[in-house]
Amino acid sequence: MLRYAIRRLALLVPILLGLSVLLFVWVRALPGGPAQALLGEHGSPDAERQVRIAYGLDRPLYVQYWSFLKRTVHLDFGTSIRTNQSVTSEFLTRFPMTIELTVAALIFAVGLGIPLGYLAARKHGRFLDHASVVGSLIGVTIPVFFLGFLLKYWVAIKLGWLPPSGRSNERIIATHPTNFYVLDGLLTREYDASWDAITHLILPAIALGSIPLAIIVRITRAAVIDVSHEDYVRTAEAKGLARSTVSRRHILRNAMLPVATTIGLQTGLLLSGAILTEIVFGLPGIGSFVYHAIQNRDYPVLQGFILIIAVIYVIVNLLVDLSYSLIDPRVRVGGGRG
Amino acid sequence: MRTKTVRGAIIIALSGALALSACAQSNRDTGGDNGTKAKDVIVFAASADPTTLDPAFASDGETFRVSKQIFEGLIDLKAGSTEVVPELAKSWDTSADGKAWTFHLQQGVKFTDGTDFDAAAVCANFDRWYNWKGLLLQNQSLSYYWQTVFGGFATKDNPDAPATSLYQSCEASDASTAVIHLTSPSSAFLPALSVSSFGMQSPTAMQKYEADKITGTGDAPKFAGTYWDQHPTGTGPYMLSKWEHGTQVELVRNDNYWGNKAKTQRLVFVTKPDVNDRKQSLQGGSIDGYDNVSPGDVDALKTAGFQVPLRPPLSLGYIGFNLAKPPMDNLKIRQAFAYAVNRDALVKAKYPPGAEVAKEFLPRALSGYTDDVPAYDYNVDKAKQLIAESGVKNPTIELAYPTDVSRPYMPVPQDNWSLIKADLEKAGFTVKKASDPWSPDYLRKYQAGEYQSYLIGWNADYADTDDFLGVFFRDISPQFGWDDANVRSLLAKARAETDPAQRASIYEQANKEIMTELPGLPYVLVGSAVALAKNVHGFVATPVTGNEDFSTVTVS
Amino acid sequence: MADSDPEATAGGGSAGGAAVDGGVAVAEKPAPAPGPAEVGQSLGREAFRRLRRNPVAIGGAVLVLLFVLVAILAPLLAPYDPVDQILKDQIRPGSFPGPSHEHWLGSDSLGRDELSRILFGARQSLLVGVLATTVGFAVGLLLGTLAGAFGGWVDNLVMRVVDILLSVPSLLLAISIAALLGQRLISVTLAVGVAQVPIFARLLRGTMLAERESDYVLAARSLGIRRRSIVLSHVLPNSLSPVLVQGTLSLATAIVDVAALSFLGLSGADPDVPEWGRMLAESQTFLSTAPRLAFLPCTAIVIAALGFTLLGESLREALDPKLRR
Repeated sequence: MLRYAIRRLALLVPILLGLSVLLFVWVRALPGGPAQALLGEHGSPDAERQVRIAYGLDRPLYVQYWSFLKRTVHLDFGTSIRTNQSVTSEFLTRFPMTIELTVAALIFAVGLGIPLGYLAARKHGRFLDHASVVGSLIGVTIPVFFLGFLLKYWVAIKLGWLPPSGRSNERIIATHPTNFYVLDGLLTREYDASWDAITHLILPAIALGSIPLAIIVRITRAAVIDVSHEDYVRTAEAKGLARSTVSRRHILRNAMLPVATTIGLQTGLLLSGAILTEIVFGLPGIGSFVYHAIQNRDYPVLQGFILIIAVIYVIVNLLVDLSYSLIDPRVRVGGGRG
Repeated sequence: MRTKTVRGAIIIALSGALALSACAQSNRDTGGDNGTKAKDVIVFAASADPTTLDPAFASDGETFRVSKQIFEGLIDLKAGSTEVVPELAKSWDTSADGKAWTFHLQQGVKFTDGTDFDAAAVCANFDRWYNWKGLLLQNQSLSYYWQTVFGGFATKDNPDAPATSLYQSCEASDASTAVIHLTSPSSAFLPALSVSSFGMQSPTAMQKYEADKITGTGDAPKFAGTYWDQHPTGTGPYMLSKWEHGTQVELVRNDNYWGNKAKTQRLVFVTKPDVNDRKQSLQGGSIDGYDNVSPGDVDALKTAGFQVPLRPPLSLGYIGFNLAKPPMDNLKIRQAFAYAVNRDALVKAKYPPGAEVAKEFLPRALSGYTDDVPAYDYNVDKAKQLIAESGVKNPTIELAYPTDVSRPYMPVPQDNWSLIKADLEKAGFTVKKASDPWSPDYLRKYQAGEYQSYLIGWNADYADTDDFLGVFFRDISPQFGWDDANVRSLLAKARAETDPAQRASIYEQANKEIMTELPGLPYVLVGSAVALAKNVHGFVATPVTGNEDFSTVTVS
Repeated sequence: MADSDPEATAGGGSAGGAAVDGGVAVAEKPAPAPGPAEVGQSLGREAFRRLRRNPVAIGGAVLVLLFVLVAILAPLLAPYDPVDQILKDQIRPGSFPGPSHEHWLGSDSLGRDELSRILFGARQSLLVGVLATTVGFAVGLLLGTLAGAFGGWVDNLVMRVVDILLSVPSLLLAISIAALLGQRLISVTLAVGVAQVPIFARLLRGTMLAERESDYVLAARSLGIRRRSIVLSHVLPNSLSPVLVQGTLSLATAIVDVAALSFLGLSGADPDVPEWGRMLAESQTFLSTAPRLAFLPCTAIVIAALGFTLLGESLREALDPKLRR
């Protein structure tokens, strides 16, 4: 298992190297190029030459790439052009927001999806089942941004039940030692701030979690149906075991493997969706920051953020793979399978 | 089998109904109000973070809105008007030649770090600006307003910086009297001092926290000190508490303020780039107000009971022509263009109440405005006839518009483009699209004269005619590709003229000349709008965006 | 290539009602004997028979057909020119003529007939959706075939490239590409297409590897048939049915992704050209005064994408005997 993890981590190296080359080339290929983007509207040829020297853009490409790589290894991605803060610190202040949002969305999707999928499977062929199948197909189709606006329009603006945007109510004075607002409130005993942060998370989490929810419902349903047809379940039922015991001990547990895989795969989807969700709900996370960085040609931010996101993404996938062995003892990673 | 199909059909129908009902509109309207109420705070949403809290290095309204609360200038504009009133200077007088300005200062005023505000501090500020050195500090993106109003520096280190300066020296004749010497008389000098960039800053704090320590380049300056975002120090009613970059700037009351103290303890400017987000936050009750209301929301917000003060129209929208690019060099084509555009319909359709069709490159409120300029009232036949006379067969116009931007003079540039394009096509023009993201591409390209014709506009920096006509036409610019010695000399003459009546008549003459030659087509005069919750009192909208004083504002 | 299921499905009940009833024998793995064309055909016929019985598939097919027809017939169906600002004089900021006898869905924010714009919008969606999916498919096909057919270091290299593409969230990838190439139709198409490449590449490689090891290929190889001809005439056609499913599903994704890019201000079309995503983005300002301007294009996007999703999912079910329960 450890060997497998190490091998998988080693595979990360070529991926990251390739990605860094791509990013390096990409930034240099953007219209106008980096020098012009740095100079902006007031660039004279003279000034442009100065920028090129200042940023080392006059050196051969491979030298530039090498120095870029060296800095990257030291987690030095430079300074954001837009905010004048170091890219690493920008990431650290914004990432907690995105994690909070992603976790909230996952809680929503998993918490609702597994019971729904299970129910649908148990009522196989009945109305609830059909409704859940069609409903999940529709769920996959509805764009995140539209659901976001629907929720915002009715729940927040028309009904006034929840705040329409932002991360916290600016009127509440709160301290943020970790930048996880929900956690911060608990740590500092400012429970109203925690509650406020939660109310701000609900709508975005629903919008972001809708597609994973739909997928989890479907996978759970299919897995449960599959498993309930397996011999051991029939045997257990035939043995006269209580239905609840059968479901708990045999069906759910065995059905969890594909579900876990799916949940892992949703991470990437959630990161994609986070861009849209954060923009719709005005949340200061990494998604909206990357988007504004693209609009503003904030290259250091783009390079740094995309690399970090990729690393996180790959690591999450690795964790998901490793977690299989915990859920399903039949999978012995590192042994025969690779 | 049959029942199964029917059931499936029902499910599909049901899901369709679900989707449709999700698209129906709810009539319930209970204006939501959540969040804990703490009275002693104002939360105001801005569309962007300040670029820096050192206003001397800034040139945008988002920065000035915040810095205005921290810093004060020698003079100010009277709340809601363009009239110059005393602030840190109690009074002033001018020498006979108009070159020496004596300011008599308020006494007993201190910066929030305890430094005395006196004549030495005034001179320290002017000398700081004048003595900025190096390519970077003399770049327009940092020292824009100094260069616009005063011109050059003690030494010229940036090839693009102006060669000469209006500023000569500053002298502290006693602790409360500062004399500014100019190199030539200027009528624009005094009103220009109301620009937030010329706010008085604490010389001690600027030195201690390295205000002028800047690295990087042009549009990507890196403020290496801590003055700009942690220790901006002025004399104003508020001082900085904390700036969370990208999220909010929080100010607290300056309890030692020399004048009327601010009525609310905390003032928070939150950054919400999306205008719909700002609107919904106000409707949801999490903010008390926001700036740059989109025109379509003005009536709706008013109906819903919000206050929507409109700023007097000091924003000018125009279509710029680049005379260096045929067929725009052809006067008949430019005239045909002007007659072809239904400016009246455009302004009615897309601008808030109070907006009007612009007849010239100057707001009605400023001196030198005249109705006596060639009018180009909507007339398609006339346009067609002019095209025929121009000798240009099937004229093609490239019309550029910016994306990712909303300005008071063009809330949705693309809409203006579509409307203007349709008008031009009716008159027989072929219209080609050009578009780029506002910053940096569009700004650079239009200034460099890369577009043939382009949608652009101007927001007043301060209420003076020179800030419009002078900015556009005082020098030959690639933007217009227009060389008219007559207009240029008129504008230079007006700027040096200190007699108001005389000055106005020179500007009137220039306006007529400009509208005859038509280097562009002004089409709208508009003011931006602010939206405030019902319970906000004491806010006075000023003509210049970002010049509002929040110290008088309360939330009940 | 052998099977032509999309036409068959969309075409309704014209073909093959008289399918073999004993068709359950469409074995899990193709028997060694029959040629691929034959397998494809009977597989297709059997799948089609199942599709016809599936209400979800019919629903999906109807929606897709509706969408395609609207796209093709837009000029005939639309009552007005979608770019003509006929109601311009009645436009005021924040208030536009609502639905009326002459204009069923009212006017948009520039006085253009909303119904005509929605109808014409189908064209843009279909065009970009199909083009993007084709790009994704074509590049994915190339990469997947290379990897699957040659194996070894080629496979390794290709899959690393795919891994790199997969390591960036697809929307982020699409935004980056669209930003890089500027606001043109081609860049949006490429952006959405490239984001789909890894899915197709993986899929094709996987199925091709599976086919490569299958008995009939081994048989063909032992008969001395050349690799290229095995790949082209045996392996590729048999790998196609999952691709067909993925293609249909990808069309749905592409339509939504294109809308998302427009929504983020990265639209490829001229501002005058009706495009659902952009219409939705533009309507956000009027959400409180004219919500229909947001809901109409969105409903259109959902309907079009839903059609392909329903069809794709039921195709998947029909083509994969294991899933059929």
